[in-house]
Amino acid sequence: MTTTDVVQLLYLAASALFILGLQSMGKADTARRGVRFAEVGMLLAVVGTLLHHEIISYHWIAISIVIGSAIGTAMGLFIPMVKMPERIALSHAFGGLAVALVGVSEYVRHGAHAPMLTIAAIGLEVFLGALTFTGSLMAFGKLQGVITGKPLTYPGQNASNLLALAVALAGVAYVVANPSAATVFYVVLGLGFVLGVLLVLPIGGADMPVVICLLNAYAGLAAAATGFALGNNVLIICGALDGGSGIILGLMMSKAMNRSFRNVVFGAVGSAPAAAAAAAGPGAAPTSSANVGSLEDAAAVLASARSVIIVPGYGMAVSQAQHVVRDLANALAAGGAEVRYAIHPVAGRMPGHMNVLLAEANVPYEQLFDLDAINDDFGSTDVAIVVGANDVVNPAAKTQPNSPIFGMPVLAVDQARTAICFKRSFNPGFAGIENELFTKPSTMMVLGDAKKSLAELVQAVKSEAKLAA
Amino acid sequence: MSTTLIMGLYVFVLGAFVGWQVLSKVPHLLHTPLMSATNAISGISLVGSLVAAGSDHDVLTTLLGSVAVVAATINVVGGFLITDRMLKMFKKKPEVVR
Repeated sequence: MTTTDVVQLLYLAASALFILGLQSMGKADTARRGVRFAEVGMLLAVVGTLLHHEIISYHWIAISIVIGSAIGTAMGLFIPMVKMPERIALSHAFGGLAVALVGVSEYVRHGAHAPMLTIAAIGLEVFLGALTFTGSLMAFGKLQGVITGKPLTYPGQNASNLLALAVALAGVAYVVANPSAATVFYVVLGLGFVLGVLLVLPIGGADMPVVICLLNAYAGLAAAATGFALGNNVLIICGALDGGSGIILGLMMSKAMNRSFRNVVFGAVGSAPAAAAAAAGPGAAPTSSANVGSLEDAAAVLASARSVIIVPGYGMAVSQAQHVVRDLANALAAGGAEVRYAIHPVAGRMPGHMNVLLAEANVPYEQLFDLDAINDDFGSTDVAIVVGANDVVNPAAKTQPNSPIFGMPVLAVDQARTAICFKRSFNPGFAGIENELFTKPSTMMVLGDAKKSLAELVQAVKSEAKLAA
Repeated sequence: MSTTLIMGLYVFVLGAFVGWQVLSKVPHLLHTPLMSATNAISGISLVGSLVAAGSDHDVLTTLLGSVAVVAATINVVGGFLITDRMLKMFKKKPEVVR
C-alpha cells in the first residue's frame, strides 16, 4: 500500500465519520456523540493531508495551526450564546476567505499548466469564496448594528447584480481558455468581493435567517469547488453536506415566512412598508386604543392561569431575558400552571436561535414546541406571554391580504384568552408592519425593557402566590 | 472529460443525496448547533490550505496558504467547541427525586 492509498483511506474514514456525526445530530440525546464522530473525522483528514507528497515544509503549517487554534479556542469558549448569529456569520467569512486564498494559491502554483476543468473549478472556487467572505462580513455588520439593518435599495439593483454575475462567469470561461490571463483571474476574484457586498445590502434584518443559510450554502459550494480543483473527495463530500444544510435550512426558513428563496434574495422586503410607516409619522402608533397594563395587572391575570404559553422573539435575545423568562415559567409552574414555549421557525436571527437561548437558561427541551405542534392549543390556553416577538404573532398574516406578511404561518396568540405582550415600545417590527394583536381588547401590553419588567413580574407572581397560600 | 471529474461528480451527487436525507431529519430544536457543526466540518478546506502552506513553492503561496490555515483552523476548533458547548445545554426535564 502506498502513502497515497493510506491518505485516501483516511479521507474515506473521515467522510464516513462526518456523515455519521450529522446523522447523530438528528436527536438531542445523541447529538454530542455526533460532534465527537465529526471531530475524529477531522483529525484523520488533517493527519492524512500532512502525509501529502506536496508538503515539504511544516514550519508555517505549525505556526498557523497554533495561531488558528488559539483564536478558535478563545472564540469557542467565550462567545456568549446571544451572539451566536454573529459568530456563525463570522465563521462563514473565515471559511470563504480560506477557500478563496487556497484558490489563488492553486492558480499561482498550477494555473499555467492545469487541465481546463481544474481551472474552471479554481475560478468558481475563488469567486464563491470571495463572495461568501464579503457577504458574511456584511451580514455580521448588519447583525452587530455596524451597518444599518434596513434594506438598502437603489434602481437597477438586481439587473446590475446579475450583470456582475454574468461578467464573473464570462471571466472564468476566459481564464479557462487562456490560463495565463492572470489579470482576468484577479478581476473574477474582485467581482466576487464586490458581489458579496451588493447581494447582502438589500436584505433586511428580519430576513437574516435566510441569508445566513444562503451564505452557508455558498461556503459549502465553494468548498466543493475546491474539492474538484484538487481532485479531493473528502472536500467534495463536505462541500455537498455543508451546501446541502444551507439550502435545506434556507428553504425551511423561507417556507416559514411564506416567501420564495428568490423573493427573499431579490425582494428587499421591509423597504416599502417601512417607508409607509415613516410617512405616517412616528407618533401615529395606536397607543390610544391599546390596553397598557401594569405588572400588577399582569401578575393578577397570571395568578388564575392554569395554562400558559410563552412566545419568545428577537426582543428576548436583545435584552438577554431568557434566564428571567425561565424564572417566570418556574414561578408559574410552582403555582400549578402548565407552562410551554411556542417557537416560530423564524423567531430570532438564525434557525434555532430561540431554542439555544432557552437551552442556555436551562429550559428542558421537552417544553419547547414547534409552530405546527402547538398552534392549535392557543384557543384553549389561558394566557399567552409574548416576549419581544412581533411579526411572527401578527394576525394580519391571516386576515389582511394586502399585508406584506400575508400568508406567513403565525402563532395564533390572538386566540388565547389573554395575551400579555412585553415590548420596548409601540414601534413596528422589522417588517415595519402594524400589529393589530397589540390593540385587541384581550391583549395587555407591558412596555419597557423585557428583562427588567419580567424580573419584577416574577416577584409580583411570587408574592401573589404567597397571598393566596 | 477526465475520469477524475466524473468520479468527483459521482461523489458530489451521492454526497448531496445522503446529506439531504440526513439533514432534513434534524429537528428545528437543533438547527443552530447543526449549522455550527456543518461550519466546523466545512473547515475541511484546511486540507487544501495545508498543502498550499507547506508546498514551499514561493513566498506568496506560502503566505496565502498560512492565512488560509489560520482561518480554517479557527472554524474547525472554534466550531466544534461551540457546538459542543451548545449541545451540552440541551437538557431533558430533571428526574424528580423523591
